[in-house]
Amino acid sequence: MPLTIGVPRETFAGEKRVATVPEVVEKLIKLGFAVSVESGAGDAANFADDTYRAAGAEIVADAAGLWANSDIVFKVRAPSATEVGLMKEGATLIGFIWPAQNPELMQQMAARKVTVLAIDALPRMLSRAQKMDALTSQAGVAGYRAVIEAANAFGRFFNGQITAAGKVPPAKVFIAGAGVAGLAAIGTAAGLGAIVRANDTRAEVADQVVSLGGEFVKVDYEEEGSGGGGYAKVMSEGFQQAQREMYAKQAREVDIIITTALIPGKPAPELITAEMVKSMRPGSVIVDMAAEQGGNCELTEPGQAVVKHGVTIIGYTDLVSRLAKQSSTLYATNLFRLTEELCKTKDGIIDVNMEDDAIRGLTVIKQGEVTWPPPPLKPAAAPAQVKPAPVAAKKSGHGHGAGEPMAGSSLAMIFGIGAALFWVVGAFAPASFLSHFTVFVLACFVGYMVIWNVTPSLHTPLMSVTNAISSIIAIGALVQIAPPLSGLTEGRPSGLILGLAVLALALTAINMFGGFAVTRRMLAMFRK
Amino acid sequence: MSTGLSAVAYIGATILFILSLGGLSNPETARRGNLYGIVGMTIAVLATVFGPRVTLAGIPWIVGAMVVGGSIGLVAAKKVQMTQMPELVALMHSLVGLAACLVGYASYVDTSIVFSGAEKAIHELEIYVGIYIGAVTFSGSIIAFGKLSGKISGKPMLLPARHALNGIGALVVIYYGYAFLQAHTPADGATALIVMTAIGLLFGIHMVMAIGGADMPVVVSMLNSYSGWAAAATGFMLSNDLLIVVGALVGSSGAILSYIMCRAMNRNFISVIAGGFGTGGGTVVAKADGQPAGEVTAISAVDTAELLRDAKNVIIVPGYGMAVAQAQHTVYEITKHLREKGVNVRFGIHPVAGRMPGHMNVLLAEAKVPYDIVMEMDEINADFPDTDVSMVIGANDIVNPSAEEDPTSPIAGMPVLEVWKAKTSIVMKRSMASGYAGVDNPLFYKDNNRMLFGDAKKMLDEVLAALKG
Repeated sequence: MPLTIGVPRETFAGEKRVATVPEVVEKLIKLGFAVSVESGAGDAANFADDTYRAAGAEIVADAAGLWANSDIVFKVRAPSATEVGLMKEGATLIGFIWPAQNPELMQQMAARKVTVLAIDALPRMLSRAQKMDALTSQAGVAGYRAVIEAANAFGRFFNGQITAAGKVPPAKVFIAGAGVAGLAAIGTAAGLGAIVRANDTRAEVADQVVSLGGEFVKVDYEEEGSGGGGYAKVMSEGFQQAQREMYAKQAREVDIIITTALIPGKPAPELITAEMVKSMRPGSVIVDMAAEQGGNCELTEPGQAVVKHGVTIIGYTDLVSRLAKQSSTLYATNLFRLTEELCKTKDGIIDVNMEDDAIRGLTVIKQGEVTWPPPPLKPAAAPAQVKPAPVAAKKSGHGHGAGEPMAGSSLAMIFGIGAALFWVVGAFAPASFLSHFTVFVLACFVGYMVIWNVTPSLHTPLMSVTNAISSIIAIGALVQIAPPLSGLTEGRPSGLILGLAVLALALTAINMFGGFAVTRRMLAMFRK
Repeated sequence: MSTGLSAVAYIGATILFILSLGGLSNPETARRGNLYGIVGMTIAVLATVFGPRVTLAGIPWIVGAMVVGGSIGLVAAKKVQMTQMPELVALMHSLVGLAACLVGYASYVDTSIVFSGAEKAIHELEIYVGIYIGAVTFSGSIIAFGKLSGKISGKPMLLPARHALNGIGALVVIYYGYAFLQAHTPADGATALIVMTAIGLLFGIHMVMAIGGADMPVVVSMLNSYSGWAAAATGFMLSNDLLIVVGALVGSSGAILSYIMCRAMNRNFISVIAGGFGTGGGTVVAKADGQPAGEVTAISAVDTAELLRDAKNVIIVPGYGMAVAQAQHTVYEITKHLREKGVNVRFGIHPVAGRMPGHMNVLLAEAKVPYDIVMEMDEINADFPDTDVSMVIGANDIVNPSAEEDPTSPIAGMPVLEVWKAKTSIVMKRSMASGYAGVDNPLFYKDNNRMLFGDAKKMLDEVLAALKG
């Protein structure tokens, strides 16, 4: 009996997203599930009921009916108390829950004997989990939108232009916090042509900032701010002092500030003081993406765009909903990837496998039992770390990559052997041999010098032409076919020699003609 | 033609051969280089035929042999597919080896040339060594030909105690060499010569059998080198400087190519020749439980086309798989289409991609890919971070990041093309089987990597259709 996935309309004020989109409905049905969608669920994100119906979903008129018949419920926001009351016993809920911030909700849900997968509790460090990482996908949308809002409120171009009417300087944008949202904002602002600077307490993101076209501004103070789980931690007083100075300096210089600094479970750190706002040029814009957690700017009014000291301060808390179609599509895909993980058998039945690190982390309530917080992940890199030492030791004993260290001694050895050989040759060989030997050694060196100049792309023609040239051995056959004999012919097996020589000549002729011809054919192909 | 004239002609031919090899430094001059080679060879042959050491009686034989051999060679050169070049080259090496053997035997039984004392010993030693090198070249090249054309399995065949076998063979050859030098009449020495030839043949077979498919570039260039040394040995035997010079040129050319190939695999020559990749430290077995974590993301041909169309910079990395699937023409069609759309498409060639040095360059040239967008590894490796899409077609070990990242990997330290540094890499592969070295490839599991499974030719045709559609 395949399970039914239900998608209710979001009830949170101002929430325009929907937990699945028609395109993903089709994929869920392919996985074996039935899908029902509350009438009007996608309206705010421009997905009409009909498009869901066309994708194979059933449209349910009211929320109560939908919740009552759904084995799995896809949500965006955490359910309200009313919604929890509607849940079918034993059902599974997937959505943003924020268990740390919502202890009461957790208790209510546990009492309903349901299973809850909090998409926000995903262990983000697992590379496998990235395709399900809704925090990332939504933050990316928010970062993009923040720049668009800033551009909307800003009175000038972002890109510098030289027009007939005069020169326009490019806008300067400072982005505080280079997490996913910050990076998306950097990319978007740089794409619009602004000069983008960014700062983050985690020094390791500097490369990412640069790769997106931004400039990383360092705080002049040594402290590492990685707090685990991809978030930053609270920094020391000395650091904060230095950071404030840096922000004050940036505030005087830039036109637009976008702040994204969040520390999990804590109010957002105050980065931009009223003083700094005053120091900004009139017409400047601040977008405070942390408004919902109190804001990074002292003057932010959550949910509002206000003008203070001539600076527009945007504190919208619904940046993601302002791009509802895009964010819904990404969120729906994240949930679909999660569903794939839950339903590996593709038969419309889910298995909440607590052995799986990713699923274990996500599951905050399992059949009425609170399973949050999860045990710490075992560090995945550890087993790989153990290995190198013994194997490497073994390898050095094997002399596989006999490389640089022995070059000096081996070179001396080669020269030594060479000298000994030359001595032997010189001491015992007759003069006629020595003249040939001289020619041979010199020819080797000429070859060495000439071949190093050959471009690697012509190595195949080189082989075929040297192959053709080595059929010079034909000379050896030629001189044996019918040499001018001077008396000493007695006992000479002329027939045998002739046979051998003619055969050898025929073989080398194959080489001679074939080799040059094929080289010619190959070289003719090389063209600009 | 007098002795003096023919000697001068030989000098001329020698210079032309050196110019011929020198011309290959650049595709522009390479065609002229080949012409120099042909002229040099013609001069050398004519100077010999009309020189003091060939009488008129030999002319009909010479013409007959040249016509028969020459027409076989020309037909073969015309018919051969560019993907079969390694086989053809290996086969031709075997001919040089065989010819060196035959000339050696002929020279041995020829009693009309009499030496004495040290000269005799040296002459006989030259014969002995010449025939030995010829025999090894001949049988080794035949096996290499078999392996390259798929008639013999590409897997290394490792006999137990194979190093000991080779050692015994070498001792026997040395012993008979001594016996041969002591022999007084040709009949006495014949036994030693025949035993030595047999061992030489067996050694050649054994040596190449123990070497696996992807080490073939080294083997082919090594045999190229041997065929040169065989010619040089024949030159000593016949006191012919031209043969010595040319043999030395070819020999050192092959030796340098082998060295370049070994360096490109971060392996030393001895370990390649000793055969059996990775059998040294048992690391391959150890790897089995150390599979890179994660999973691969597949991609369809249509999505691949989408990625390529949206890209600004594309680098294509071909490998042996492209040659097997004969996909080079489709690759070119795709390249042409993308370049017309303003996409900067280039090729990155690893020195050991394919089965012989420069194999990929020839295939791409055959498909009319302009050579100025075909880059060597060193030229292009720094450009991957600025690349939107890197497409790997039928290659594995040469794009394996564990060569750089994992010091325990059997291919650690081998220079590789850093395709994973591109924004997206696409690997075209038949299945998830690991590469020749038996090393799993962490590239496949990288987040920015996509796998396009299927036959390279078929998938590329689909990509091309999607691009045009």
